[in-house]
Amino acid sequence: MAAAQLLDIKDLTVEFATRRGLVRAVEKIDISLAKGETLGIVGESGSGKSVTSYAIMRILDRAGRIAEGAITFGGMDLRSASESRMRDLRGSEISMIFQNPRAALNPIRKIGKQIEDVLLRHGQARSSDAREKAIEVLTQVRIARPEERYHAYPFELSGGMCQRVVIALALACRPQLLIADEPTTGLDVTTQKAVMELIVELTRARGMSTILITHDLGLAAAYCGKVVVMEKGKVVEAAKSETIFRAPSHRYTRKLMRATPRPGITLRDLLPEDAAQPSSERPSKAAKGRPKLLSVRNLVKEYKRQGQGGGLSGSLAGIFGGKKTEPGDAMFRAVDGIGFDIAPGESLGLVGESGCGKSTTSMMVMRLIDPTSGGIFFKGEDIGAVPARNFARSPWRKHIQMVFQDPTDSLNPRYTAARAIADPLLRLDDGTDKRSTRARVEELAGLVGLPANLLGRFPHQLSGGQKARVGIARAIALHPELVILDEPTAALDVSVQAVVLNLLQELKATLGMSYLFVSHDLHVVRLLCDRVIVMRQGRIVEEGSAEQVLEAPKAAYTRELIAAIPHPPV
Amino acid sequence: MSPAEANTGAVGAPESANALAATLRHARYTFAENPVSGFAFFLFVLLLLCAAFGPYLVPYDPLASDTSAALAPPSLHHLFGTDQIGRDIFSRVIVATRLDMSIAIASVALVFALGGLAGIAAGFFGGWVDQVVGRLADTIMAFPLFVLAMGIVAALGNTVTNIVIATAIINFPLYARVARAEANIRREAGFVQAARLTGNGDIRILLTQILPNIMPIMVVQMSLTMGYAILNAAGLSFIGLGVRPPTPEWGIMVAEGAGFIVSGDWWIAFFPGLALMLAVFCFNLLGDGLRDIVDPQRRS
Repeated sequence: MAAAQLLDIKDLTVEFATRRGLVRAVEKIDISLAKGETLGIVGESGSGKSVTSYAIMRILDRAGRIAEGAITFGGMDLRSASESRMRDLRGSEISMIFQNPRAALNPIRKIGKQIEDVLLRHGQARSSDAREKAIEVLTQVRIARPEERYHAYPFELSGGMCQRVVIALALACRPQLLIADEPTTGLDVTTQKAVMELIVELTRARGMSTILITHDLGLAAAYCGKVVVMEKGKVVEAAKSETIFRAPSHRYTRKLMRATPRPGITLRDLLPEDAAQPSSERPSKAAKGRPKLLSVRNLVKEYKRQGQGGGLSGSLAGIFGGKKTEPGDAMFRAVDGIGFDIAPGESLGLVGESGCGKSTTSMMVMRLIDPTSGGIFFKGEDIGAVPARNFARSPWRKHIQMVFQDPTDSLNPRYTAARAIADPLLRLDDGTDKRSTRARVEELAGLVGLPANLLGRFPHQLSGGQKARVGIARAIALHPELVILDEPTAALDVSVQAVVLNLLQELKATLGMSYLFVSHDLHVVRLLCDRVIVMRQGRIVEEGSAEQVLEAPKAAYTRELIAAIPHPPV
Repeated sequence: MSPAEANTGAVGAPESANALAATLRHARYTFAENPVSGFAFFLFVLLLLCAAFGPYLVPYDPLASDTSAALAPPSLHHLFGTDQIGRDIFSRVIVATRLDMSIAIASVALVFALGGLAGIAAGFFGGWVDQVVGRLADTIMAFPLFVLAMGIVAALGNTVTNIVIATAIINFPLYARVARAEANIRREAGFVQAARLTGNGDIRILLTQILPNIMPIMVVQMSLTMGYAILNAAGLSFIGLGVRPPTPEWGIMVAEGAGFIVSGDWWIAFFPGLALMLAVFCFNLLGDGLRDIVDPQRRS
């Protein structure tokens, strides 16, 4: 049996030299992979899953080194192989797909040329037939009109397309082993499905072995035969994916599985069994007939098309990043005449893929950007009429707050946690003095479960979950009536996500706020929301109660979205 | 300080002492890790000491001539030798530090205030502000910078103030461009959006959110241009458009000594030149070290 193994990792330990001495990122792990096998390495951030793959490729950065153990690939010892031997191996025998496809491609070189480079480097083509072979490779990854796309630059392609090109690059030389490091993180679910199926199909057809590195147990289980679960640099469980789902043996695996949102559970079920948290009931449905808190009517946002606009950056670029449309009329409707209501105490989910206009909608409701036309009524007052640049001084400002998607990006790196939470109090709350501000910050920290001794720390000294708590504390500091949650857990590990979602639910019950929850993840939305709106290309395609939309979707697009979520085999 | 800012201070107050200690620890670590930066920092302290106490410590009056000892080579009596009218070069080099450093620091502070703020505003607001600042920078860049500085000093008159102004003006594009680029990146950052939600207006966001985050880059920029400012001031004096003799100043001393090199009296120009080189060298190296110290990401 051992002879048949393509990759055999024994007792691998990887150490990093840091200021605080040696840190073991990976400790004595054993992983083996047979020819043609698909292996998933699952773990949360800091589990050492990526470091393992870098060790296999021998691309650890300067501070890191393989301290112990052996990596054997097809009978060859990779640990002692010479650097020039490794260079030949990378790309031709072992290939890797990275998380951000756009970053993995050279932005100023045509994609066809980039594929040619790899083919020529590894002697798979001569300059006479390189072009032909590159187009053939593009056809294999099912890029439509490959002759035309050969001349495309990476920025002209969508994220999913770029990932296909990266896959084409990785597979161009028919390697024996493909390592995919979070290949679909940041892609939409439908794109994720297409990309994963492409990887599985191509590798199966060529008898290749694959290692899929992911934080998503569901994804690993859906596409891999074998799953290895890692925690803090150690392998805690390794088994066939059906077994691991039917009978997870390790405590950590069970915790991960519990924390993964899935159909037919409540928020409470996400937390570990022994977590002593007060069970929060499903929110009471908003009373009928009460005045609406927020009404949006016929909201439209138009942008100049890219190329003419020029000044589109940051969040707006993200909206355009998803779908590339043909050049045509000068204006592009990011949000195309939508309307919805939110009742006091209600939470509404706004779901859709990138480019559907959900973020633009939330930014307009938040009054950070101005709508092209349409009304935004908050308690009957048309707040859409107040220009976004003056809204900071509006009396309504403190009633509408937001929790941002990226907890790191949304905290000023030079403010301590306490200062960040205090900011709204200092700016918008009247009659606060030093002592009451300090007391209120501590009270808020208590509410969101942030230990008071962390208040003096800067964002880079806090973990992702702690930063998320700071962001939430800041948003609720002024007792807002409406809080917009813009994918507040997208950047967090599942176990942290579980805790944060529960926290949000609890806060809503205690403080009586309404939520507008913007997300691409239908399962998460269902857990937190009473009603759900599904958006596509700036329009609402479906609206209804959360159960109804998830269990009996009417629109074809909603069904497609639900089907694309990877399902564990059980 | 407004009451609101007093509050801000209070919230951060218990941490600030800790933060200072942490910064010092971090600085020590950086200099220990990188001995070249440590050396640059040592030079910097030396320069500051010379500037502050030099005039009280030097063995001779920098202006006093002693024709009996003219053109004496370096010896124990005159460490760096004497010039054509017998002034002690060692004393003159040390005393000149204060003037050269003052010009450099004043001009860098001025250009930081003008160029930095103009650049941040250009990057943050865009639109016509950006156009005005951008074209202004382009106009300045259109001239050979040293020739422009010469022109400014020649037109405004030969004073120290005008050297400072000229040096600040020719450095304006560098600061404006760096600040503009950095502010532009952060304009759409999450924490800036978050600050808007908490009721901060544009000016406040500029000063409390964007500026502190750009400071590290600006500090490095300041250190790098400091060397350039010293060279520029010395250069202007060298061609006779700056400080006038007999004031001790490195540029003039090099200029005065240049004529004596052919006759073998190398020390008159060599030692002020060496001081000039070390000062520029020090600030350039210090820039790299500072980058590591002020970057909060590299602290943990």
